[in-house]
Amino acid sequence: MTDRIKKASRHTSQSEGLIFEKSAPGKRGIELPRLDVPAVDARQALSAAHVRETVNGFPEVSEIEVIRHFTRLSTWNYAIDLGMYPLGSCTMKYNPRVNEFVARLDGIATEHPFQPIQLSQGCLKIMQALQNCLLEITGMDAVTLEPSSGAQGELTGLLLIRAYLESQGNPRQKVLIPDSAHGTNPATAVIAGYQVENIRSDARGQIDVERLRQTITEDVAALMVTNPSTLGVFEQHIAEIAEILHANGSLLYMDGANMNALAGIARPGDFGVDVMHINLHKTFSTPHGGGGPGAGPVMVKKILEPFLPVPVLAGKSDGTLTLDFSRPKSVGRMRAFCGNFGVLVRALAYALAYGPGIRQATEDAVLNANYIRKHLEDVYELPYKSPSMHEVVFSDARQKKYGVNTIDIAKRLIDYGFHPYTTAFPLIVPGAMMIEPTESEPKEECDLFIDAMRAIAEEAATNPEVVKTAPHSTRVGRLDEVSAARKPILRWQPKASGEAAD
Amino acid sequence: MYPSNYRYTKEHEWIRIENGIGTVGITDYAQHELGDVVFVELPKAGAKLSAGQSFGTVESVKAVSEIYSPVSGEVLETNTSLANEPEKINKDPHGAAWLIKLKIANAAELNTLMDAAAYQTYISEKQKEAAH
Repeated sequence: MTDRIKKASRHTSQSEGLIFEKSAPGKRGIELPRLDVPAVDARQALSAAHVRETVNGFPEVSEIEVIRHFTRLSTWNYAIDLGMYPLGSCTMKYNPRVNEFVARLDGIATEHPFQPIQLSQGCLKIMQALQNCLLEITGMDAVTLEPSSGAQGELTGLLLIRAYLESQGNPRQKVLIPDSAHGTNPATAVIAGYQVENIRSDARGQIDVERLRQTITEDVAALMVTNPSTLGVFEQHIAEIAEILHANGSLLYMDGANMNALAGIARPGDFGVDVMHINLHKTFSTPHGGGGPGAGPVMVKKILEPFLPVPVLAGKSDGTLTLDFSRPKSVGRMRAFCGNFGVLVRALAYALAYGPGIRQATEDAVLNANYIRKHLEDVYELPYKSPSMHEVVFSDARQKKYGVNTIDIAKRLIDYGFHPYTTAFPLIVPGAMMIEPTESEPKEECDLFIDAMRAIAEEAATNPEVVKTAPHSTRVGRLDEVSAARKPILRWQPKASGEAAD
Repeated sequence: MYPSNYRYTKEHEWIRIENGIGTVGITDYAQHELGDVVFVELPKAGAKLSAGQSFGTVESVKAVSEIYSPVSGEVLETNTSLANEPEKINKDPHGAAWLIKLKIANAAELNTLMDAAAYQTYISEKQKEAAH
């Protein structure tokens, strides 16, 4: 091959420039018919205030160039349909095709949110059925399907807590958050107008119950717990923690992002949780990543029901369903219409297709994580030895002496054909390597992953350079993430004429 | 490594006192743990801080971390040069990369902080824990 061959590379490995670089004056995707009326100058018709002059070099390209550009980019994706996606804390499980089949059924896919309520009974029944599934699995009393992400679910939950406490006379000031919680929890509490107080985990990665009992004050509105925590460890004293909070007039919020370790086995409603969200794009197998879109339904105990966002699904005396907007204590709307309805359909399809099998999905998720733990714990440091649930957190402590850190190992994993695990999180583990295989993975794929991780551990000791400079098999090598964050270039600019292209 | 005229917190901030004005930054240990710093968020001059209160964030490639005020006081000045050169925190955490200057409200609070020797011991225990 010589440099003059520009096209003869496999499409799966060829690089792709920016669409701006394909631009040439006058190229068009659409050819309009010849005008049979006098031409109007759009600039004049819209007036100067509506003409944007700041976009320089807007791409002028043909339709096939657009199609090829994005189709080529799409082949760069790594997806669960290509291989294991062990991104801890994210529950990147398989999205069963039955979900997609159901969501595309004519009577469902073509529904419109402005359809009259009497013609939307099917959609409302779908929502009702999903609500019942979620309440059964979580052991809670009432639910809203409106929130459209885990973080929005958290905010909804905290607003419910605030509204409830206000109705009791005092919204209080503080929200307690363990250091093993999800990173979004403190942000949520602040947006809901609360001060955050961190509480430290003990050596086993558990909330220190005695310390909580001694330090809790009457300005504590709630504790936000992620259970199992980001260490993949179940809070064994969760019921006792709930009692301490309730005796103090405080509420217990549970981040249900890790429900993949509990669904079908333990119900948060039974261990004292007052309000929680669940990520349908995790536990209920709806698409995750690339924008999802997500869905973060919120489940509450009876005391919080009057405050749920509007509209609330309600039954009428004639047996039909309706949307109830007259809820004077409601925190208001969290999202237009009824949330991401298409995602709700997929979640229900999953729940009905698997039914009681959800318990086995949970058991398999826990089994897979422990299988990987068992086969890697002799080569990677396991900072918390408590039993693992659906994910396992190692650290790079043993590889550090060779100058290899968690990010290097993650990058090298790309060369072995896997999506990286979650790096450097949770923060309470320095150099964390957080691995969540989910129940989707057969033993054979887990074994391939284990082989790759063991091979990298060996390389770190014998040939650390190859790990530190990974990845080597990709279109572009190691990206300079520091410069990208410090001096981001957020907009393409046309090159000055005469400047050499690179 | 750790200047003897500074005082230190368990959260890895340092404070230096000159004429009732405290200069606050993060320690070399902290910058090392964070990795390459890419962004710093600081309060406005005039902000009133109490000891232990979060007054800003330091963001690295890995994570965003809160910074806590070692003592109570009023913010007199912030280090605006860090907006364009956050890497200073990695290069000179105890000097050029100071974060804020504080008018100290209660000098007695300084006695609750660690001196350089105590801080050295504190972080070497941390490192032992991490290595374990």
